[in-house]
Amino acid sequence: MSSRRSRSRQSGTSRITDDQINDLVSKLQQLLPELRNSRSDKVSAAKVLQETCSYIRNLHREVDDLSERLSELLETTDAAQAAIIRNLLMQ
Amino acid sequence: MNPKTYHHISSNPSSVKSRFTRGFLRAFKKIKRQQRLLPTSSSSSSNPSPRPYLYGRVKIAADKSLALAVGSRRAWSRALLWKIHYKAWRQRSRFNNKKKRLKENKKNKKKKKNDDEEVGFRHAKELRKLVPGGKAMDLCSLLDETAHYIKCLITQVQVMKSIDQIYSF
Repeated sequence: MSSRRSRSRQSGTSRITDDQINDLVSKLQQLLPELRNSRSDKVSAAKVLQETCSYIRNLHREVDDLSERLSELLETTDAAQAAIIRNLLMQ
Repeated sequence: MNPKTYHHISSNPSSVKSRFTRGFLRAFKKIKRQQRLLPTSSSSSSNPSPRPYLYGRVKIAADKSLALAVGSRRAWSRALLWKIHYKAWRQRSRFNNKKKRLKENKKNKKKKKNDDEEVGFRHAKELRKLVPGGKAMDLCSLLDETAHYIKCLITQVQVMKSIDQIYSF
């Protein structure tokens, strides 16, 4: 972990230009549904980062909900199958 | 299972999406198979609830398949895989070496305190917590990895949604 960190640090300090960062920020902006349609020079980098954070949090929440739903599915399909089998045996 | 919808998910065989779908479905079916082997349905009242356990397994399977689908060329997927393995390892060795873990926690706390260079980017700090492995990146790669991570999260959500739809029939 530490070796990786130092490597990325070196490549980073070689020269991070403002243009590079602006480019990356506008690329991020294109991914955000909230800011996609507004022009890039109108939105500040801080705003883009803030929206990015909330967007990632939303996506995380969605994945959590879907995991919950899928695990419920695992249970219910199983319970349903068990109920059917029990019914068949009782008849 | 409806073959049409299944085909719709994985049209491009080499993309992250189809690899994730295949991996996640495999893991999902495995969990399902193991779940069926357990005699829970008859003794569900005595066994409080297996759901948190199942939920955790599904969640980990989703994250792990996403990271595996992306591969090791991305820093965030490496970090995510490492996190999952480390968590599993810690759970396995929870009982036999409590003391060791305490020492490690202390070490980790000491390490974390030296990493804040950007002044104008207050939200970058927040972003570092959300993107796996973000704490060890410089700003450029953080932004780059974030863009890729978001794309992959969107894919993950899409695929899980369609699996949910297919299975709830």
